[in-house]
Amino acid sequence: MSVAVLIEHHGGQISRPSFEALTLARTLGTPVAVWLGEEPPADAVAQLGEYGAAEVRVAAIGDDARLPAKAATAVAAASADSSVLLVISTFVNKEIVTRVAMSTGAGVVVDAAGAELVDGRVETTQTVFAATWDVRTRIETDRAIVGIRPNTTQAAPAPTAGDATVVGVDVPLPETRERLASVEAVPEEDGVPLAEAPVVVSGGRGTGGDYTLIREFADLLGGAVGASRDATDEGWISHEHMVGQTGTTVTPALYVACGISGAVHHRGGMQASGTIVAINLDPDAPIFEISDFGVVGSLFDVIPQAIERIKQSRES
Amino acid sequence: MRILVTVKHTPDLQSQRSFTEGAVTRTAEDGSMNELDENAVEAALQLIEAAGEGEVYALTVGGADAVAAVRKALQLGAHHAIHVSDEAIAGSDVFGTATVIAAAVRKVHAEAPLDLVVTGMAALDGLTSMLPTALAAELDWSQLTLASGLTVADGEATIIRHLPDARETVSAPLPAVVSVTDEANTPRYPNFKLIMAARKAPVATWSLAELDLDPSAVGASAARTTVVDASERPPRANRQVVTDTGDGGTALADFLVERGLV
Ligand SMILES: Cc1cc2nc3c(=O)[nH]c(=O)nc-3n(C[C@H](O)[C@H](O)[C@H](O)COP(=O)(O)OP(=O)(O)OC[C@H]3O[C@@H](n4cnc5c(N)ncnc54)[C@H](O)[C@@H]3O)c2cc1C
Ligand SMILES: Nc1ncnc2c1ncn2[C@@H]1O[C@H](COP(=O)(O)O)[C@@H](O)[C@H]1O
Repeated sequence: MSVAVLIEHHGGQISRPSFEALTLARTLGTPVAVWLGEEPPADAVAQLGEYGAAEVRVAAIGDDARLPAKAATAVAAASADSSVLLVISTFVNKEIVTRVAMSTGAGVVVDAAGAELVDGRVETTQTVFAATWDVRTRIETDRAIVGIRPNTTQAAPAPTAGDATVVGVDVPLPETRERLASVEAVPEEDGVPLAEAPVVVSGGRGTGGDYTLIREFADLLGGAVGASRDATDEGWISHEHMVGQTGTTVTPALYVACGISGAVHHRGGMQASGTIVAINLDPDAPIFEISDFGVVGSLFDVIPQAIERIKQSRES
Repeated sequence: MRILVTVKHTPDLQSQRSFTEGAVTRTAEDGSMNELDENAVEAALQLIEAAGEGEVYALTVGGADAVAAVRKALQLGAHHAIHVSDEAIAGSDVFGTATVIAAAVRKVHAEAPLDLVVTGMAALDGLTSMLPTALAAELDWSQLTLASGLTVADGEATIIRHLPDARETVSAPLPAVVSVTDEANTPRYPNFKLIMAARKAPVATWSLAELDLDPSAVGASAARTTVVDASERPPRANRQVVTDTGDGGTALADFLVERGLV
């Protein structure tokens, strides 16, 4: 069975969740990579092969890939012979797959944490209601589309590489009413993108606007810096760092919340993380209710000491 | 200008708790309407206020209690309320819901043309964010989603769309479906006069028959997905909270080392 995987890439570089999705795809059938935008560089094609892609279907549609209706037409054409389409569950991809589903009749589950075949149908697992419930959903249609969250599958190269044969997808794109008037690239941050990071260290109002310690802790743990909405609203840190239901949903192996109260909107975007650690002055802060380990104290005391101790333990 | 706002009735996610100072505190009643739909109502009201004329319709699809969502919209200043309710709708997936909402939009549009449908960017209960796109596709109207800014001029709507890699400005001719984020505006509080008026305001109640929809096209039987299992997540086992008396950082580091996380 052919399983199409929509690959995320920036400047020709494939993002880590795409490898996770290819790994998951191999448990469902034979992965076929779908590539939108400019032509993929040779090393990217080789990597897709390493993760098992039998084919790389390229729709070289450039910036048109930014318009959901055009992207959806290209994705539908490139995955027409696949029974399953896997995408990374981003806001943009949710729009694309909604349109693909409407033109193909496929059933869709987004924000999934896993997918498997049960009696010939795709079943997914996901958390809902601000990550307080686990739900298992069966896709009843012959074609299934799944939006998968980053960090939910451990990426691993295929035991036997795929051929990664590059196939051009020539598809007439529809006229759209929407017109991109401007696209202003967000300056790329150093380090790992938030949604994909295996570790996230977040600071909230309790930082008072000083992210030095948060960044230092994140660097030490090889993670990304997150923030609460209050912190991004204050302009202490850019919007791209916001974790939560209306910001980025993260599911890292480790989430460290520093000076964050744990409002429901914030929790909904991080509660499904592996291990949760919190530092907060207020013993009644709701964040402690969902933390594996909490320290009631000031982040300005606790983080520097933790950093020292971790450095020591690494040396010994 | 004529604008229809979709408002969803959602369970209150934070009714059982109140937050530390500085955070949003909400009462149980506020849970009647998906929070982000307050931003949608606000966006619509601001547009007609700027235009100096216009009407706002609030529309909800759901069971009997969903009427609370349109009542809330009336309190905020919407002029008309529509509640689509029919037993056959129960169990609809996003495509079924979009079919019903699109039919209701067409009915209002046929009376006198609408310029915009404004929705929230996501319902915070399920957070699928798929409905606005499905609705735009179903109606074959312009799709302007995830707007953190919205302007309308000369028969065109223009939004700012803040994506992880770029900030886009997208324009499209009316009529359009626009979904707004919580950054688009700050929702107003209802005033006493509107609250009193909303109590008595009529709510149009439509069933599928009034929308000329075949019941088999919506509801659980038409849904492309079925929930086969749902369980409340258990609280995290073995939670530990220590109070920092000078060695809190060390304790935290030791915990991380023990778990193999550093
Ligand atoms: C529709 C809607 C959507 C929203 N979406 C999001 C979202 O996606 N993400 C999000 O984060 N929020 C979101 N919010 C906002 C959310 O409700 C909260 O207001 C916000 O998360 C609070 O941020 P905070 O925890 O940093 O601030 P606060 O709630 O003010 O908490 C600050 C915490 O820091 C602690 N503190 C202070 N000093 C120190 C110190 N020195 N050391 C340690 N601890 C200290 C305090 O005890 C307190 O608990 C949304 C709100 C709405 C209405
Ligand atoms: N049953 C419904 N009735 C009215 N509006 C809805 C309904 N479901 C979804 N919406 C609208 O669609 C938006 C996105 O919802 P969703 O796609 O479910 O996350 C919400 O903010 C509402 O504006």
